[in-house]
Amino acid sequence: MADIVLDKVTKSFPDGTTAVHGIDLEIADGEFVILVGPSGCGKSTTLNMIAGLEDITSGELRIGGQRVNDRAPKDRDIAMVFQSYALYPNMTVRENMAFPLKLAKMAKEEIDRKVGEAAKVLELTEHLDRKPANLSGGQRQRVAMGRAIVRSPKAFLMDEPLSNLDAKLRVQMRTQVSRLQKQLGTTTVYVTHDQTEAMTLGDRVVVMRGGHLQQVGDPQTLYDRPVNLFVAGFIGSPSMNFLPATVEENALRCPMGELALDDRLRRLLTAADAPRQLVLGIRPEHFEDAALVDQAGKGFTFTAPVDLVESMGSDKYVYFSVEGGPAVAADLEDLAADAGGADVPHDRANLVTRLSAESRVRGGQEARIWMNVDKIHLFDPSSGRNITLQEEEPAGVAAS
Amino acid sequence: MATLDTGPRAKLKWGLLDAVVVVFALIPVLWVVSLSLKTTATLTDGNFIPREWTLDNYRLIFQTDQFVRALINSIGIALISTLIAVVLGTMAAYAISRLDFPGKALLVGVSLLIAMFPQVSLVSPLFNIERQTGLFDTWPGLILPYITFALPLAIYTLSAFFKQIPWDLEKAAKMDGATQAEAFRKVIAPLAAPGVFTTAILVFIFCWNDFLFAISLTSTEQSRTVPVALSFFTGASQFEDPTGAISAAAVVITIPIILFVLFFQKRIVAGLTSGAVKG
Amino acid sequence: MSVSSTTPATTAEELSEGGRRELPQKRAKAALSEGKRQERRLGWLLCAPAALVMVAVTAYPILYSFWLSLQRYDLKFPSEREFVWFANYATVLSNGYWWTAFGVTLLITVVSVAVELVLGMALALVMHRTLIGRGLVRTSALIPYGIVTVVAAFSWRYAWTPSTGYLANLLSDGAPLTERASALSIIILAEIWKTTPFMALLLMAGLALVPEDLLKAASMDGASAWQRFTRVMLPVMKPAILVALLFRTLDAFRVFDNIYVLTNGANETSSVSMIAYNNLMKGLNLGIGSTMSVLIFLAVAIIAFVFVKLFGTAAPGSSDEGRR
Ligand SMILES: Nc1ncnc2c1ncn2[C@@H]1O[C@H](COP(=O)(O)OP(=O)(O)O)[C@@H](O)[C@H]1O
Ligand SMILES: [Mg+2]
Repeated sequence: MADIVLDKVTKSFPDGTTAVHGIDLEIADGEFVILVGPSGCGKSTTLNMIAGLEDITSGELRIGGQRVNDRAPKDRDIAMVFQSYALYPNMTVRENMAFPLKLAKMAKEEIDRKVGEAAKVLELTEHLDRKPANLSGGQRQRVAMGRAIVRSPKAFLMDEPLSNLDAKLRVQMRTQVSRLQKQLGTTTVYVTHDQTEAMTLGDRVVVMRGGHLQQVGDPQTLYDRPVNLFVAGFIGSPSMNFLPATVEENALRCPMGELALDDRLRRLLTAADAPRQLVLGIRPEHFEDAALVDQAGKGFTFTAPVDLVESMGSDKYVYFSVEGGPAVAADLEDLAADAGGADVPHDRANLVTRLSAESRVRGGQEARIWMNVDKIHLFDPSSGRNITLQEEEPAGVAAS
Repeated sequence: MATLDTGPRAKLKWGLLDAVVVVFALIPVLWVVSLSLKTTATLTDGNFIPREWTLDNYRLIFQTDQFVRALINSIGIALISTLIAVVLGTMAAYAISRLDFPGKALLVGVSLLIAMFPQVSLVSPLFNIERQTGLFDTWPGLILPYITFALPLAIYTLSAFFKQIPWDLEKAAKMDGATQAEAFRKVIAPLAAPGVFTTAILVFIFCWNDFLFAISLTSTEQSRTVPVALSFFTGASQFEDPTGAISAAAVVITIPIILFVLFFQKRIVAGLTSGAVKG
Repeated sequence: MSVSSTTPATTAEELSEGGRRELPQKRAKAALSEGKRQERRLGWLLCAPAALVMVAVTAYPILYSFWLSLQRYDLKFPSEREFVWFANYATVLSNGYWWTAFGVTLLITVVSVAVELVLGMALALVMHRTLIGRGLVRTSALIPYGIVTVVAAFSWRYAWTPSTGYLANLLSDGAPLTERASALSIIILAEIWKTTPFMALLLMAGLALVPEDLLKAASMDGASAWQRFTRVMLPVMKPAILVALLFRTLDAFRVFDNIYVLTNGANETSSVSMIAYNNLMKGLNLGIGSTMSVLIFLAVAIIAFVFVKLFGTAAPGSSDEGRR
């Protein structure tokens, strides 16, 4: 077991693509770290560099305190689980799991014992003599895990190991992976493009984008205190609402109306030397049906026509479209492109709110909605920076 | 559609169609077999099934140097050409399907051109060049053009096979502690072997089949292959009708083909179609 | 961190502060990493032997052939060797035998390829869809493909030889192989028998690309079997059909073995390959033989060009997806 340190690690491909830009990251011994980001952001490349499958263009990689830039994968003592599982089709499950041990020239009985143990942990004992082609997706995934754990390596690397499974199995396996990691206590770097997976699995989450680190922190910090628009929009489902906001004399004008600027906000805006045009971000759960709020004192109440109500049982998702147009920022276009680039009408902004199940709000009617002003985030549209975090030290590492 | 219509009548219909195909494909072969088994007396009776059976024709051809020598030439030349073409083809196909280098498209283009090349256009220059270099009427004199025309076939078929190999496995093997060589030997080679083997069969059939180069670039028994020897067959004596002997010889050189087809039908189909369509 | 502001394609968006979003920077190729250079070297090294053999055995001889075609060069009269520019071409192109052979070759090519396309499609459908005996059908269909052409040609020759053959007796009018029309028909039959399976296999690979769901959807929409074939299957199969046609056309144009065994070119049944061979091996006339070689090469090049340019046949392997 060992810690892993990336020191200004950069990867440029021969065709000129720079996939990873000088990443700094320290992964403690036994930690479970998730690399998350939209596809193409350099997660696999980073993982492959840790594995030794890709050369490091510049920077230094240390495992257990030793520089390993120039070591072949086999000399790094790291195991990897691939998205495609990469099971050897010509070998049985047993042979697949024994392969790394055989290469390590381990004694036969020892191999049998270890494979047997791993198979038991992963409930593969009765499949040991089958070929991968005859296994279900979940079983194959477990064989891939088994092949990684048999040799008790210094660290596990997993590249989207669950993304080939169907939704239900994925959730099951997620807990299994998590439990296994806790049980073994092995340093693990796990790559995914699924923010839910990232939030539920890791001790720490690293958000990446375009080859840069955006923010590193525990899931709650990323959720509550995103350093920029990208992280704010990427983490959380349904995602944060983004609305255009203009700083006026004593108020903040946004599509729902004018919010009074309190001292805290005023201070932050001056400190940040913020432009007049901002992006306001607020999560769906920070709205409530005004009728259900006892003291509407601190907060802001507005009226808007309801588009659609989705009842989830435990609560209701209520969709509004408010006049004033969607917020415009480069980061938001990126996020939209990643989410599938739904075309948004140009003169209205969509608002997603999560209200209590008791709410009586109905589709097609006007509704009075309360918004928790304490929870709003304000972003600089050109840099994406979260201005509302400025006063306290940011909990994570902001990019650049 | 297979799913819509599987009743006994559909089965009968397909059964009949199958029978037509089988008869169409086999009749000429069975006819040669029949001729080879006929006695001299019944050879010209025009019956499809022999009235009198004999193995004399086979005995005869294996006693003549002409045939035995040609058979050795055919086997030797086809095997050597296959071996070389498959080795060179595997190297090139690996590079094409796995590596990135300038000139790759050119190589693919050139081999496509050669696959379409009219072989007779090479006969006159090769005839002259080989006479001048002493390659005329030798094994290498035939092996060279065979390799050349087998290479496009080998490269296409193999690169189609190689592209199907999940190369992630190589990475996985490295992570499992294998060196580059071990990863190739223990993981990639076993997966590539069927493709290489299939290609070898196709290339062998191609070389075994050739007539034009063999008749143009040889002049004596020293390197004449069986197809050419057949066309020069005269029977036991100059004046005897060679039909029986030719048929027997024809059957002998058809046997390896039949065996290949019987045992490796699936692979040959996969090899031919992947090379030609998916390329 | 640096933003590639020199890249013309950079938009305002990429220039946003912090440059978090960067397009893949297309740098000059100059900065090749060691690994990349090794990869190139290995690629060239692995391809070199194959490329050398192919070029040495085809490119040089075809140039040499062109050189020979510009000379009067008859091995029977080696002393009369002389450079005559394009006189050989004039000789060949004004020669009736050449044009007869050319016509015969075209006829054989067009008829056999057309029939093969129809039969091959039928055979492909049978092999693809048959409910019973799929293995048996495929195995038997492969036999004509694999068998030595000369062997098959002898089988057909004996079948049509009067008194010996089982087929000759079916037709009463004497010796079919000695009459031009019937001889040509037999040659075409032999070609068709031998190469239909290959055509069928290529077409079957195309058939496998037709999504089963598409056919089901079409039949739900009320398409008859024939409509499903013409409207759904054929369009999807078009690339496979064109490739198969191209390969078979060029192959048929080279017809030699069957004619050599069946008629030896008697009664004006020679193909171009046949008379080129005869001029060379029987006439020992290298000049004229080479001229014909070059002409055949040109004819094949024109056919290929027509297929690729006019019909847009995708040359197999031209779409190069060879990345890991
Ligand atoms: N071998 C390669 N050559 C050139 N560019 C590559 C190569 N592999 C990946 N890239 C590029 O690097 C970037 C990051 O890729 P990757 O790490 O696979 O992303 P992720 O795993 O986050 O989806 C992408 O833009 C991709 O196109
Ligand atoms: Mg990836």
